[in-house]
Amino acid sequence: MSTPTARADAPTPHIGWVGLTSGVVALLAAAILGSVVGAAGIDPSAVVRELLDALPGISLESGLTEVQQSILWEIRLPRVVLGAVVGAVLAAAGASYQGVFRNALADPYLLGVAAGAGLGATVVFATTDDRAYLAPLAFLGGLVAVGLTYLLGRTVGGRSATSLILAGVAVAAFATAVQTYILQRNVETLREVYAWILGRLTTVGWGDVIGLAPYAVVATVVLLGASRRLDVLSIGDDEARALGVNVTVVRGVVVVAATLATAGAVSVSGLIAFVGIIVPHAIRLLFGWSYRAILPLSVLFGAAFLMLADIAARTVVSPAELPIGVVTAFLGAPFFLLVLRTMRGPT
Amino acid sequence: MIRWDRVSVTYGQEEVLKETSLRVDDGEWVGLIGPNGAGKSTLIRAAVGAAPYIGTVTINGRAVSRGTDIAWMPQRPHLPDSMGVADYVMLGRTPHLGFLGAETKHDVETVRDALHWLDLDDLARRSLGTLSGGEAQRVVLARALAQEAPVLLLDEPTASLDIGHAVEVLDVVDGLRRSHGLTVVSAAHDLTLAGQFAGRLVLMSGGGIVADGTPREVLREETLRAHYGAGVRVIDDRDGPIVVPRRESDG
Repeated sequence: MSTPTARADAPTPHIGWVGLTSGVVALLAAAILGSVVGAAGIDPSAVVRELLDALPGISLESGLTEVQQSILWEIRLPRVVLGAVVGAVLAAAGASYQGVFRNALADPYLLGVAAGAGLGATVVFATTDDRAYLAPLAFLGGLVAVGLTYLLGRTVGGRSATSLILAGVAVAAFATAVQTYILQRNVETLREVYAWILGRLTTVGWGDVIGLAPYAVVATVVLLGASRRLDVLSIGDDEARALGVNVTVVRGVVVVAATLATAGAVSVSGLIAFVGIIVPHAIRLLFGWSYRAILPLSVLFGAAFLMLADIAARTVVSPAELPIGVVTAFLGAPFFLLVLRTMRGPT
Repeated sequence: MIRWDRVSVTYGQEEVLKETSLRVDDGEWVGLIGPNGAGKSTLIRAAVGAAPYIGTVTINGRAVSRGTDIAWMPQRPHLPDSMGVADYVMLGRTPHLGFLGAETKHDVETVRDALHWLDLDDLARRSLGTLSGGEAQRVVLARALAQEAPVLLLDEPTASLDIGHAVEVLDVVDGLRRSHGLTVVSAAHDLTLAGQFAGRLVLMSGGGIVADGTPREVLREETLRAHYGAGVRVIDDRDGPIVVPRRESDG
């Protein structure tokens, strides 16, 4: 039974000061780095002074010109914050799917949720100019996809960890096929959808952040609230039920919340893969098995991770930009293989 | 009092439990015995909601409240390798926690007591993946005891234990039964041990109950031979009947 993760001394189920402090430090460091790196060549120390000046009770002269200030507040910061929110919810959604399906490989992308949400969003791109429908349709598409994946995984492939993922691959392939068909019939939207599929954090001001915030907040609160129940689910459905946990309700609520988070993220930033695999697994290796630690830390480190990935996306081929989905896939694919190699059956 | 009333369980085409009724009074210890596939585990699993059934299971005449009424020690528990021993036992406190799942001082003390009763103090910080089979079995029982439910259903609680630990663990359960008035139902393959701890034995075979009485009434050579299909010898000892296998083919 023993795996490389079994240690003689088990880590505590609580988040702990070390985890919390390192998460907050990583988050702040990534946010500051994201604010100072950019094409406009603004003095980094002036940026830090400008940010500190915005805090209550601190008054500093940053020396930034009006143009530089507006670049910082209207272009860089919305992008940094959007990256943080998208990263946080994708990592939390990935961790939650892993808990609820007791499957180390579960992730919004491998379960077909992102492809379903992408299909929903494509329908909006192809049929209307009103982008307000993006998030609801993405949510609907994601929910239908994860439902199908779960049913197919159980009925067709038994209950192994890989059958769920294979079902997710099939559902994702189907959703992508339908999406391609819609695109072929609506060639004029092809360019817009293609740029969006690859994943992007380019924004126009704070609009996207404000649009995503309600989804992110609701989903994160629900998922954090379910973390102890996810711990109970890790010893099996029957035993969780015997301990008084309503397994069906917990699973339903968590799947809906994680799908809501994914759909919200997908509708503003397109398809950014592997965040939900990389972040929770790295946290599991460092801070142990409990979702009471994994979920809050996924929020913090997920935010930091995507802000850093965005810096790479902005600078690697500067002055051009890489789609951020390319950066996360570049890091995530080898990581995924590593997880697959160390995994023995369901977690 | 826990009561099964005409409970049937069907897996696919096979009816593994057939309209079985059983009543166990408060403070009583009933041992379920019988050959493999007799329906012992299924009877227990139905009561905790782990097997879908037809019929009724009640506690003192009302529907079972999961978590608070019954603590269950499964035969094949799922033990995540990296989870800590004390953390696993703490999961037994789940029915007593509030919505946010905060653990109180009483929860921590209950877990510490359960670990102490089962001689697990030194293992509290170890992870489950590092335990031996017998240690793991005691940890699972500790989780069931930490639940502080009035009815304890044990599915082969001593299967992986050496004889010393088996007696020790059953003594702990018996002590709690006497001091806290626990009702205990245990499924077991060791008939001698079952007869020494349970005040009443229920012999199951083919999905139903075929004998029910004191250990001396049930542990009879001809009864056991009829249902186990093997030669046995029953020696009447001061502490109860001792059941030993007897090789017959050598005649």
